[in-house]
Amino acid sequence: MSTARIARHLGPAARYLAAAGRHLAPGGRHLTRWLVIAAAAGLWELWARAQQSPFFPPPSSILARLYHLWFAGPAAHLFLTPDATGNLLPSLGRILAGLAIAAVLGGAGGLALGRSRAGAAYLDAMLQFVRALPPVTLVPVFIAIFALGTPMEVATIAFGTIWPVLLNTADGASSLDPVLADTARAFRLPGWLRLVRLIIPAALPKFFAGLRLSVSLSLILMVFAELAGSSNGLGYEMNNAESSFNMTSLWAALVLIAILGNLLNAAELAAEHKLLAWHRNARQRRT
Amino acid sequence: MLEITGLTHSYGPAGRARPALRDISLAVAGGELVSIVGPSGCGKSTLLRCVAGLIRPAAGTITLGGSPVERVPDGLAVVFQDYSRSLLPWLTVADNVALPLRRKRGSAPAAAGEADRTAGPARAGRRARREAARAALATVGLTSEGGRYPWQLSGGMQQRVAIARALACDPVLLLMDEPFGSVDAQTREDLEDLVLTVRGQRDITILLVTHDIDESVYVGDRVVVLTPGPGQVRADLRVSLPSPREQITTRQLPAFVQLRAEVGRLVRERETETGAHSERGAAGPVPGTEATAANTGTGQG
Repeated sequence: MSTARIARHLGPAARYLAAAGRHLAPGGRHLTRWLVIAAAAGLWELWARAQQSPFFPPPSSILARLYHLWFAGPAAHLFLTPDATGNLLPSLGRILAGLAIAAVLGGAGGLALGRSRAGAAYLDAMLQFVRALPPVTLVPVFIAIFALGTPMEVATIAFGTIWPVLLNTADGASSLDPVLADTARAFRLPGWLRLVRLIIPAALPKFFAGLRLSVSLSLILMVFAELAGSSNGLGYEMNNAESSFNMTSLWAALVLIAILGNLLNAAELAAEHKLLAWHRNARQRRT
Repeated sequence: MLEITGLTHSYGPAGRARPALRDISLAVAGGELVSIVGPSGCGKSTLLRCVAGLIRPAAGTITLGGSPVERVPDGLAVVFQDYSRSLLPWLTVADNVALPLRRKRGSAPAAAGEADRTAGPARAGRRARREAARAALATVGLTSEGGRYPWQLSGGMQQRVAIARALACDPVLLLMDEPFGSVDAQTREDLEDLVLTVRGQRDITILLVTHDIDESVYVGDRVVVLTPGPGQVRADLRVSLPSPREQITTRQLPAFVQLRAEVGRLVRERETETGAHSERGAAGPVPGTEATAANTGTGQG
């Protein structure tokens, strides 16, 4: 097939995709996005097959490896292989534990910091200073404190992801609308009611903005902490694959981590969507 | 029932304070509806915030029912101008109205009394609160909107919710800070009549701040006119219009027309004085000699 003929065939398809992206309902636009991903994967496949490079296996073999390594298990185990339960679940558990610690401590600390003018004034410079430290640099310190293993990894994730939550929540808690603050005072709402009904809901949008950043950070920290030394987890699998020059497994782990990241993001967005319905709607009405 | 004596307040640091109110004295009897009108920046809102106990005045005393106002007093409710910011967007209309009922056990409505407490204080309290909120919403004509959210309602309806929230805690003194400043004319008239109706049904004293001269006369038993900032009482006029008032016929009465003209004149008098006032205001921070010179200058000009 000559290139001119290929172009003639691709032309209408490209036009269709562009039109679909613009005019289709959201569902259709979703479809278009998946088609783009499929097309990119297809091109990669063709290129990798042509190159035969040991470093860039074709996506089809990566996906097959992904499936056989982790998702070819018995139905009783939700199709998870022992490898998956032994490595994927520990990694996921560490991320969730680290994020939970960051969300609870960061959220509570942020509320306290945001509501206490004096506290914020004293601590701000110090917090900004500590935050500027790249979280991964603390891995050696945590290895020294906790030795290799889950506590070290959870501590790394928690310490790295707490800052966006803490500082955003503090910002949200300190910028309570003055009219709302006056309303609370004029109606003599007791302190706990002010906290639960005013300050926390008002700070929630900022809290979630911070949490969104933390979710993507948590993945980086998980992989890094596990690469630094771990007896299981996705980082450990990557280490293994790399030292045995098993490029297909290495790529499969990368794809799996990308999928994991997307799922975590989707979960965070779903929670935000549910808890902040009022925020979205109220903002739409006002603008 | 409300007694204000020598109330003076200014904003800013001591050295270069900007005076807002100067020596306001005012007595309001129980059940009265007093309109406070004046040009913008005359300290109307400051006066209301002092009465509400939200700010502590620099000088002067305020007593409510005989006891001095040092913090937000019991039996007080406030309706703010900016309803979209004073209602909580994350709570339904009914929850917004019920919110202040959770403040103190003692000040909850009578239904949450001793008899119900044996059934479990939390549940009885909740039921009583829900009932009080429902009744307050019925008063403002929003019986069926309790389950909606404030941002689903029009501006006028939102301000009705704010009024219902204020009424739900059964206040003796209701403060309204330019309550109808952000709604359209038709809604404004409806809300004015709502205030008059509520006031006819309950034993409640109302202090209503407005910049609308017509409104101050239409709703008020008395109109207190403030001078431009720093606000002082320029006039305290009794409104002798027949009750019940009606948007069209009341506004046609010669007495209404005459009074609104008088209030208008009193409010507008500032135009001749504003120059001198703003000169003095602007000259505030600079040394006294220059301020005098500036004053003399305007006097001659």
